[in-house]
Formats: sequence, structure tokens, C-alpha cells
Amino acid sequence: MEALLANLGIGFGVALTPLNLLYCFGGVMLGTLIGVLPGIGPVATIAMLLPVTFTLPPISALIMLAGIYYGAQYGGSTTAILVNLPGESASVVTALDGYKMARQGRAGPALGIAAIGSFFAGCVATIVIALFAPPLAEVALKFGPTEYFSLMVLGLVAATVLAHGSLIKAIAMVILGLLLGLIGTDVNSGVARYSFGIAELSDGIGFVTVAMGMFGIAEIVANLDQKEARAIFTSKIGRLLPSGQDLVHCIPSVLRGTTLGSALGILPGGGALLSSFAAYTLEKKTARPPRNFGNGDIRGVAAPESANNAGAQTSFIPLLTLGIPSNPVMALMIGAMMIQGIAPGPQVMTERPQLFWGMIASMWVGNLMLVVLNLPLIGMWIKLLTVPYRILYPAILLFCCVGVYSVNNTSFDIYMMSIFAVFGYVCVKLECEPAPLILGFILGPMMEENLRRAMLLSRGDPSVFVTKPISAGLLGVALVLLLIVLAPAVKKKREEAFLEA
Amino acid sequence: MRIRAPKDFWAGLMFIAFGVGFVIVARNYAMGTAVRMGPAYFPTVLGGILALIGLAIFVKSLAREGPPVPRIVLRPMAFILAGIILFGIFLKPLGLIVCAAILVFLGALGGHEFRLKEVSILYVVLTVFSVIVFVKGLGLPIPTCPAPLDDACRRIGIGI
Repeated sequence: MEALLANLGIGFGVALTPLNLLYCFGGVMLGTLIGVLPGIGPVATIAMLLPVTFTLPPISALIMLAGIYYGAQYGGSTTAILVNLPGESASVVTALDGYKMARQGRAGPALGIAAIGSFFAGCVATIVIALFAPPLAEVALKFGPTEYFSLMVLGLVAATVLAHGSLIKAIAMVILGLLLGLIGTDVNSGVARYSFGIAELSDGIGFVTVAMGMFGIAEIVANLDQKEARAIFTSKIGRLLPSGQDLVHCIPSVLRGTTLGSALGILPGGGALLSSFAAYTLEKKTARPPRNFGNGDIRGVAAPESANNAGAQTSFIPLLTLGIPSNPVMALMIGAMMIQGIAPGPQVMTERPQLFWGMIASMWVGNLMLVVLNLPLIGMWIKLLTVPYRILYPAILLFCCVGVYSVNNTSFDIYMMSIFAVFGYVCVKLECEPAPLILGFILGPMMEENLRRAMLLSRGDPSVFVTKPISAGLLGVALVLLLIVLAPAVKKKREEAFLEA
Repeated sequence: MRIRAPKDFWAGLMFIAFGVGFVIVARNYAMGTAVRMGPAYFPTVLGGILALIGLAIFVKSLAREGPPVPRIVLRPMAFILAGIILFGIFLKPLGLIVCAAILVFLGALGGHEFRLKEVSILYVVLTVFSVIVFVKGLGLPIPTCPAPLDDACRRIGIGI
């Protein structure tokens, strides 16, 4: 406990310096902005900003990028409630009851409870990270290549199991991602793999290029397929604070949402999106009657909003302790750390305590900023919604191109981005999720490296993966996850769960 | 033989093509052994698995009904790609101010409605913002002006 307080002390010492406060503020404001604006999500935004963060100190860069992710969860709920347009996919379920509440003239309390729930969840998640990350990192430090390989297998399996849509296509996308990640010079032999004699390819494909192509450009093109139809519903928001009765009514929901979100965020493949869906489903089953879900039940806003914020934050745990990303945003954070010369993994906490605890403390600070700033500024965010997409997307195009170019100062990356844009568009049309591909892409080289080391140590005996207890356990969990999802009864349920939302 | 699930049919073919492609190219590299894996080892194994999964998706698409592939609209993609590629080609010789115009106008033409006045204002705002924030503020080494005008630009303070 004392160690924890001392560590948090270090963290707040870092997070509260004027410079870091400024970047934290910048991050959460930008996050809210893209959360409000439909058609652009945290993945594309963080990818666009990565080149910009080269010039910042590592801690400031990470604080800002983290702020964008959890800030987007706040912004996404605002539009979900007011105009039935979830700015973020994690807010899809919030729109169900939130928009109904707005139609009934209760937009204020809906926004209020979303903010209060999110803030509470953010505080709890910060504590969860501070409590759970150190022991987990301790364990991870004992991991050898065998365990790491199995852990990555588990991470990737979990990411596919929890992804939307077809499981088998998600697995194929992961493997394709792993393969694309291998393009470039092989560290062991020095052979430039799959470079086809192109000098730029021997350095590998930058993940910023892949992420912006598949999430930035491909999304724009997919959005332009549909005619723009956006009805702006500006009702009076009224008082923001929910009544005392509403608050009491919501306490169990906020608690349930926070708990579920914190737990699901830690899981590989988890994060804000899964947390909010699961919380809403749970709420519909467990909330005390009278249940009025789908018709403006305030608990239908409180639970998923708490859950998505908790999940967004605890998904930093696997990143910070194991160096393994659990969703595409975390994959980009790993990229950001690598750009700054930090090898992600359990050693970050011991070798760079200021970075580790500074980031955790900044999350709490950022959450506070979000509540204090967002509620009074809500009118401004609504105004932003009136910006039509035809103004927005050329701006995104330009920022993507400038961003991709400045990673290596070469136009080659711009051409690669356009290839991935076409590929991403094809994937959208064929219902192949890009998220698993990005995770595989980041993990590809790491997986190969650990597999090689493990096999070298075991003298070529593959049974080592099932005879070492920790590794066997991790692979066992992965297998069980796959079997559960493939079981006919669960398969149907899983499809229903994603359909419902 | 009838295609019952077109989305899966094409997805399956795509994965088979990628898997086989990665395996074939890997034949140029040393395979090594399980103890000392060569550069071809991991991609060959993964490529093989990918091709098999692709085959499974492909076979399934012939057996079970599935949704059709949604309409593919070529216009936005064509304009946006053209804008991006021209931006890439001309950024070094012509600079950001010209290239942003190419990208913004071509990109806007790919949308549903094109209002010249609106897009022009957007272009000016975006370019001023980019030059001030990215080039001046963050010091990203992006050429701003056409190469022959570099000196003139630097004199008025917008070059690099």
C-alpha cells in the first residue's frame, strides 16, 4: 500500500507538470472532438498524430495519445444521446436509451449520468491499473520466449473470438496480418523478405501506413458510398445534473458497468467496445424492475458509459505490463513507444517508473478535465456536429497524407497507404474486420522471434509449449476460448449479442 | 456448383491467393530447420495455414447461403486515390501548397456534391493550418513551395 502511494506520488509529480497537463488537455480535447465527429475514430486520429509526437518527450507523447482514446469515449456518448449518432462504435448502445431520453426532454440528465458514470469508472480503472499492473509485470518478467509465444497466441485468439462477425475470417485476417508484419529484413539472417527488390520495403511496412490506409482512407471511401443524411436534433438540454432519485437508481448500474468494463478491458481483445456491449446486455438481464430498456431507461446509459470508459483504461494493463496490445489503439501505442525508443514490456515499469506511473496518474487527471470541461462546453460540441462530412473528409485526407509522409519523409509510404486503402475497402465489402489484421501485423515479428528462441532452447522440440506449465496454461485457455465460441449454443448467442447492438 | 455466399466466396479466394503467394515467394529464402529457423520457415507455415483457412471459407461459401457483396461504388475511390497518388508524386517538386490543392479538390470531387466556393475556402483554411502547425510549429520537414520559388517563399517566411 505504501509502495502504491509512493508510486502514485511519482506519477502525479510527472502528470501535474504544466507541460504534461497541457498535453493531457490537448489529448482529451482532441479525443472528445473526434468522439463527437462521426466518421473518424481514435485509431485513425492516433495514427495521424504519431508523426507529430516524434518531437515530444516520450511521456508527454504517451499522455496525449492515451487522452485521445479515453476522451473519445466521452465525446462519443454526447452525439449518441443528442442525435442518435454514435460518434464512436463503443457508444452504439448508449444511443438506444440515451436518444430516447433526449426525445423525452431528458437529454440533460442522460448527458450528466454519462459523464458522472464515466468519471467514476475512470477513477476506479486508474486504481485497478495501479493495483494490478505491478504484480502482473512481476510475473511477466519471469516469462521466457516459450511463454511469450503462447501468450501472443492467446492474445490473438482472444482478439478474434471477441471480434465482430465471422470467427474464421477474423483468424484469417490475423494470420494475414502476421505475414504482412514479416515483410522486411529478417533480423536473424539479414535477408530482405518479400521486398521484391524495393529498397523501401526492406525496412518493412510502417504500421502507421497500414492503419491509416485501412482505418483512415478506406473508411472515408466506405462512408462516401452512402448518401449523407444527418438530421440534427437540437432539443433543449435543460439541467445537466440528474435528480437525486435518478442518481440512487443508477448507482448499481454504474457499479456493475465499472466492474464488468474493468474486467473486460484487461482481456486481450477487450477494450471500450466490448465492455459497453456486454454491460448493456448484462444490465437488461440484472437491473431491478421496472425495466424500461430501449425506451429511455437511464440505467441503459449509465451502465455502458461507465463500462466503456473503464474498459478503455484497463486495456492499458496488458500493454504496460506485457507489451502486448489488446486492440488496435493499443497496437498504435506500442508503435508510439517504439518510435520513442522504448521497448514495451514488463521492464518499462522498473526501468522507467516515471513514464509508467506518470501515464496512469495522467489518466485520472484527464478524466477530471473531461468532466469539468465537457459538461459546460456541450453546446460547442453540438455545434461541431453541424459540420457536414463533405467538409470533414478532405481534411482527414490531407492530414493522413501529411502524417504518413512525415514518418519517413518519403512519398513511398503515401503510395503504400493507398494500396492499403484499396485493400481495406475490399475488406469492408467482404466483411473482413481490419482490427485483427492490425494486431497480427504488430505481433508478427515478435512472435517469430520468440518462436525461434523457444525452439532453439528446446532443441527443436515443439512439445515444450505444452510441457512448460505456464505456456501450457495459456495455450489451454486459448483452446477453451475457441471451443466455447465454436460450440453451437454459444455461437448462436454470440451472433445474437452482436446483432442486438 | 453455385456460389451461395458471395462475400465468403471472394474472401476465401483472397486468403488462398495471399497464402499461396507468401509460400511461393518464401521458396527463394532458406528454410532452415525447426531448431534454427531460416527466414522462410515462419512465413511458409503461416502461409500454408492461411491458404487452408481460405479454402475452408471458400468451400463453405458453396455450401451455405450468405449475403451478397454490397454494391461497389468506384467514383469516390477513383478520385481519392488519384488525389493521394498525385499528392505523393508532386510533394517533393511542387510543395504542400500546390499538392494540398490537388488532394482537397480531387477528394471533394469524389463526394456527393461539390461546391466550388466551399471547397476553395476549405483548401485555404487547411493549407494555412498545415503550414502554420505542421511546418512552422512542429518543424516537420515538408516542402511547402515549388522548388524554383523556394527562395522567394523563405523570404516571406513560409518556406523551410
